[in-house]
Amino acid sequence: MRWGVLQFPGSCDERDALHACSLLGEARLVWHEERDLDGIDAVVVPGGFSYGDYLRAGAIARFSPAMEAVAEFAAAGGSVLGICNGFQVLCEAHLLPGALLLNEHTRFTCRQLDLTPVDGPKSARIPRISAHRPTLSVPAKHGEGRYFAPDGVLDALEANGQIAYRYAPGQNPNGSARDIAGVCNEAGNVLGLMPHPEHAVDPLTGSTDGLRVFEAVAAAGVPA
Amino acid sequence: MTVEVAKHRELGLTDAEFELIVEKLGREPNDVELAMFSLLWSEHCAYKHSRKLLRRLPTEGERVVMGPGENAGAVDIGNGYAIAFKVESHNHPSAVEPLQGAATGVGGILRDVFALGARPIAILDSLRFGELDSLRSRHLLDGAVRGIGHYGNSIGVANVGGEIYFEAPYEHNCLVNAMCVGIAQTKDMVRAAAAGVGNAVVLMGASTGRDGIGGASVLASAELGEGDEAKRPTVQIGDPFEESKLLECCLELLEKGLLVSLQDLGAAGLTSSAGEMASAGSVGIDLDVARVPLREADMEPFEIMVSESQERMLGVVEPAKVAEVLAVCEKWQTGAAEIGVVTSTGRVRVLRGEEVVGEMPVEALVDGCPLYDLSPAAPEGWIYGNRATLDPGASAEKTLLALLASPSIASKRWAFEQYDSVVGSRTVRRPESADAAVLQVPEADNAIAVSIDGNGRRVACDPHAGTVEAVLECVQNLACVGAEPLGLTNCLNFGNPEKPVPAWQLDQAVSALAEACGALGIPVVGGNVSLYNEGPEGPIYPTPVVGMVGELPDPARTCGSAFAREGDAIGLLGPFSPTLAGSELAKLRGELGSGLPQPDIATTAAACATLREAVRAGMLSSAHDISDGGLACALAESAIAGGLGCSIDLQPLRERGCSPEEALFGEGPGGFLLSGSRATLEELGATPLGKVGGTTIEIAAGDRSFTVGVGAAASAWVSLGARFEADPI
Amino acid sequence: MLIRPKEGILDPQGKAVERALPALGFEGVEHVRVGRMVELEAEDPERLGELCEKLLANPLIEDYEIERLDGAA
Repeated sequence: MRWGVLQFPGSCDERDALHACSLLGEARLVWHEERDLDGIDAVVVPGGFSYGDYLRAGAIARFSPAMEAVAEFAAAGGSVLGICNGFQVLCEAHLLPGALLLNEHTRFTCRQLDLTPVDGPKSARIPRISAHRPTLSVPAKHGEGRYFAPDGVLDALEANGQIAYRYAPGQNPNGSARDIAGVCNEAGNVLGLMPHPEHAVDPLTGSTDGLRVFEAVAAAGVPA
Repeated sequence: MTVEVAKHRELGLTDAEFELIVEKLGREPNDVELAMFSLLWSEHCAYKHSRKLLRRLPTEGERVVMGPGENAGAVDIGNGYAIAFKVESHNHPSAVEPLQGAATGVGGILRDVFALGARPIAILDSLRFGELDSLRSRHLLDGAVRGIGHYGNSIGVANVGGEIYFEAPYEHNCLVNAMCVGIAQTKDMVRAAAAGVGNAVVLMGASTGRDGIGGASVLASAELGEGDEAKRPTVQIGDPFEESKLLECCLELLEKGLLVSLQDLGAAGLTSSAGEMASAGSVGIDLDVARVPLREADMEPFEIMVSESQERMLGVVEPAKVAEVLAVCEKWQTGAAEIGVVTSTGRVRVLRGEEVVGEMPVEALVDGCPLYDLSPAAPEGWIYGNRATLDPGASAEKTLLALLASPSIASKRWAFEQYDSVVGSRTVRRPESADAAVLQVPEADNAIAVSIDGNGRRVACDPHAGTVEAVLECVQNLACVGAEPLGLTNCLNFGNPEKPVPAWQLDQAVSALAEACGALGIPVVGGNVSLYNEGPEGPIYPTPVVGMVGELPDPARTCGSAFAREGDAIGLLGPFSPTLAGSELAKLRGELGSGLPQPDIATTAAACATLREAVRAGMLSSAHDISDGGLACALAESAIAGGLGCSIDLQPLRERGCSPEEALFGEGPGGFLLSGSRATLEELGATPLGKVGGTTIEIAAGDRSFTVGVGAAASAWVSLGARFEADPI
Repeated sequence: MLIRPKEGILDPQGKAVERALPALGFEGVEHVRVGRMVELEAEDPERLGELCEKLLANPLIEDYEIERLDGAA
């Protein structure tokens, strides 16, 4: 498994994501000006404040050459995981539905919380991971993580099995619609979530549950 | 703007200082020179009222890699790596505009650390505001917390700890002290001294605007009073995105060996960084202001020289490497311009193109400022107010709940949840899970612990004892997680040193800091002084803030403060001998006065060593330093954190001569609350107090015995956020 | 260009401002919406709508208005 982790000016969590990926295979950083994803089996769009989050979180990073390559990679069925700012970038790039808005209480919040994986269709490329434990303990840390989509879109996402993670009951940190913490695209090969699985891969720093998110992406394998 | 002769007073220079400048130059200074002298001869840059005192501090130690005089201190952590750290104040800017003031405070301390070639890995902050019921204090608290979060979160450095106190004397003059910790390969570290005649001086980062013109002398060296609003335009605006790029750019430049030296532009901008680089390297520097990238085209040379625009660094580069440096800057989309050259003249020359607009001997500019002796005089009794808010007849249970809900003691979750504490994958102990933050250091196959402490109220009661206590508190916090101190940084926040009482407080505190560090063998590797912290009602509490970095061999062998196991024994370790003097309870009752017992440094140090070894051996379930609010609050905090009750008998403290009230709520250094097996506590020589279990905190203390539910205690302790949000600013 | 949250989308900044106003003596102010304004000089004003759609605003959550200032080119 060969992972590519994007790096924009202002990325913060790319080294942590790189470390998490390296636990499951080879991993390298992909500079935002690179277009070449040859040899990469899965792409991680990491957290942070790409371009300072100016204008809107993710709004400028989506136009980078690397993101153009990621759009082509996703269209060809490649697995893409967007974490936090990466989720925002994927929404801005229309690779995922919806948008992430300012937290309801207007404050950045950093907190360990429980995520409930949601069962999806068998056709989803990135498999769901609900079987063994009902929840995953991972940290969330963001100021703009309130998931929004019009009600009709939310209904469709639920019907299609595109809701991938919800915040456990009572733990929604930002006012997200229907407690949604992560969604995937219709084909199920592009996954985005606000909480940080890359910060839950070491028992010393709190939890190893995040590894299961990376394992699921790895399990999607390489598109034919 | 024309600088007239009388302008020197407006710029903060005395007539005698002005005469001295004329003497050293052999003529009257022009506008540019006067502006530069006024900044470098301000308290902020010249330490003219504190430098003599600071010579008392011990600065040497086996593990010291860099000491005072560099951008930050650094200590050896093993395997070829060093930990760099420093604390710095941004008090006056934060009192004027808290969000930007605190944000740029974080930005500045980050630059101090990466100027050494160290990657910042942690931020801690020490904040002081007036009482929480004041609208101004709430505004300052909200802004400062948002500002610290905004900057630190955006740049991706974990904020792992800190402290916030609310005391009336900080009402008009809040304190915002930020500490940054970084890691570097010792061989790649770089000093701030300019070297190599003919080398290029390159300005990197943001363009230069009118931000903070006069900031260092106007904002940092004058008391705040009426008309603070008018000072708003001089506040600097922070851009963490720019800093993030600048940080990565500088680290890449250093890794590639492209820089001879590096210095951040902080207070007094180009003037101080160029002056100090030249002074440290015993060279001269020529700077051409026409080559400085500007945000506003019509800036005067003196404005360019003193601008405090943020996110800028000054590097010295060999001529052959300039092109490569500019290419790296281009990659990171950060500005870079060759603006000058290192010379052998021993003078700072400011040019605008061909024209020389200022020329001064480096020695006069940087080291020529006269150093003053203080005229200290002890006050007669307690000079600060103290409004009673708690009925002295309140029951012990009510008293405990009042203490737990007191904003200075209450959980700071509301604040620290606004900071990213996990980025970087090092944070083994997050805020409030242990007495000190613990960060793993895989590079050296060990871990560090960091803590920042300083209870100004106790220093106000007794500057000597209170300052020793601040150092002991830090050492005790480190001991709780199994760490041994490697070095200390400090920020001395005091009132006007030209007045006898603040001068006495400062003098006493520095002596105490020297005495404690000497006795404990902890080198002072850096620090910062913030004077003139006064409002209309007088000086702030004298507040020496102490930051410490310690080492522990194994991040898996550390200890939290939460009770962990039903049935564990609870014991008291150390020479803890509490009194109500200077305590939180004395404050709530309006009974504050002068005087504290003198701490027993040696016995406390021995208890720290015992605890440290026990934690490293994995012998304990929990360890918690007894601090604000006394033993009862320490018990409640361990119980709340663990969700487990306890039953306690304080008779052993009564046998040390304490009244029930002193045993419960009295404060003083040298006490640890431990939980673990009975045999372990016995082996450590801890005094048995009781055991962990149940859902209530049950304390036998003579006629003040009581029982309170862990849930009720928790509700009181976590009330800060709800109290703030219920009635926002 | 004036960019603001679409009608019906929760605007916490607007709510925070609204909540703070009574304490400052401003009664009777409601429906506060906080957006942003972008000033620019453009040679081809015809393409500004596209610019808003693509970058300056997120049409899913934000409305925009374009106002041409007299005195500009």
